Parts: sequence; structure tokens; C-alpha cells
Amino acid sequence: MLIARVVGELVATQKHASHEGRKLLLVQPLNLDGTDRGDAVVALDAVDAGVGDRVLLATEGFSAMTSVGRPQSPIDMSVIGFIDHIELLPDVSS
Amino acid sequence: MILARVVGTVVATRKDPRLEGKKLLILKPVSPDGKDEAGYVVSVDTVSAGYRERVIAVAGSSARMAEGCKDTPVDSAIVGIVDEVHLD
Amino acid sequence: MYLGRVVGCVWCTAKDSRLDGMRLLVVQPLTPELQNTGKRIICADSTGAGAGETVYWVRGKEASFPFLPVEPPVDTTIVGIVDSVHVKRKAKTRGRKAN
Repeated sequence: MLIARVVGELVATQKHASHEGRKLLLVQPLNLDGTDRGDAVVALDAVDAGVGDRVLLATEGFSAMTSVGRPQSPIDMSVIGFIDHIELLPDVSS
Repeated sequence: MILARVVGTVVATRKDPRLEGKKLLILKPVSPDGKDEAGYVVSVDTVSAGYRERVIAVAGSSARMAEGCKDTPVDSAIVGIVDEVHLD
Repeated sequence: MYLGRVVGCVWCTAKDSRLDGMRLLVVQPLTPELQNTGKRIICADSTGAGAGETVYWVRGKEASFPFLPVEPPVDTTIVGIVDSVHVKRKAKTRGRKAN
């Protein structure tokens, strides 16, 4: 799982049926120092997250699919937790 | 599996119900001689690891074979606390 | 999943039989601000997307799931056509600190 920030939402009418009824979020994975880690990705929302929220991003198929209740569907990433707080040792670089 | 050290915790109250009661730790991969490597991963703790401890973590679908992780949305799990690493 | 834009298509006659009848499209990955990023890739298509359209695509084993019960040997598949993107951040956010 990765720490990420929700940076936007996207709308798609024509999509795989398993994605219906779930919010599509644009999510930017973060490094431990809060900087961007690579490019933003598209993830389905399992916890009703919104733009600006810091979230936990599952990046493996089964976890992503079952957290939104759609097994055997083409979903490889989903937002599975809303982060309240992160605690870090002081000696950690990004 | 990767060798890593525990560098932090993540607190999330609103999360997938199957993650409730599970400790989420931030791991920093380390080389066998103990140097930090790039990146990090948020991992579920199944062996009561603590801060600064060196651990081994499994990634991907194998993480669900860890104790108590069956059918849970877990893509990384800590499965051992490292006592020593011997290098030839 | 990742954002992308369809920039071309690929035709092959000799291919795995499970790929028969499948559309293979060239996709340019995009940032949320719809700028090109990274290398172009070949995606199978499960939506009927056309040239120039913004899409989102899935990577990994999950890429074969839209075609069940057939399991074609694909690792990237377009699973949705994007109507609109709403991004609330400045285009230049590299190195932005989290609070």
C-alpha cells in the first residue's frame, strides 16, 4: 500500500460495468516527505474520499477489486483508507 | 520478500472493514548491510514488530497468506523480525 | 489505473488466437493535467475507444478480466472512456510538501 493524495475526480460514461456506481479518483502517490512519487493514477474509491484527502492506496488487484466489492473485474488500484495521521522516525529520508 | 526497517505508522480510522484491528506500519527497504534503499511501503504487521526493528515483508498476493490476512485487501505484510543477517 | 490518450492502432495477422477480433490501440499515458508522460504502450480495448479520445487503462492480470471467460494474454487494457477530468492543483506541483 502507498500513501497518496486525492488530486481530482474524473467522469466516464462509457466504462467497464464493474466500475459503475463508484467514484473515480485521480490520486497522486507520495513519498514519505510529501513530495510526488511518479505520476498520478486513477483509482476507484472505497471509503468516500474527496479532493485534498490523504489516503491509503492499494496497488494490487485482489485488494483493489474486493475493497470496492467487485471481484474478477479490471481494477488494479483503489483507495482503501482515509489517513488521519502518520508518525515517522526523525531519521528517515524520502 | 524484502528486507526493511520499520520507520513509522499510519493511522486510518475510515478504512476497509477487513483492515480493522490491523497495525499499519511504514517500511523503508534496506540493503543486507543495513543501508536505506529508495522508496517505502505501507505494510500490515502480523508479528508485532516495533519501531527501528529490521523485518522481512512479503508483497503482492502472497501477503494474504500471512497470519490473519486471508481474503483481506492487503498487498504487503510483515512476516518476520530479523535477528541477524550474515554476509559472506 | 492510469490516464491515457489513444494515438494510434496496431494491426497483426499472426497472433495468439485469443487476441482474434480484439482491437489493439497505441496509448500515450497522460498526467491529470493531460500532458504526455512516459512511453507509449499498446493496450487491448474493451470500450470501443477511438483515435484522440482520453481513456483510462488498467495494468496487470486484471487487464484480462473484461474479456472473461476468455483469458487473452494481455497486460494492459482500456477500461473506460473519460468524459471530463476535474483537477484541483496547479500544473506545477512537483516537490510540493504535504502538511
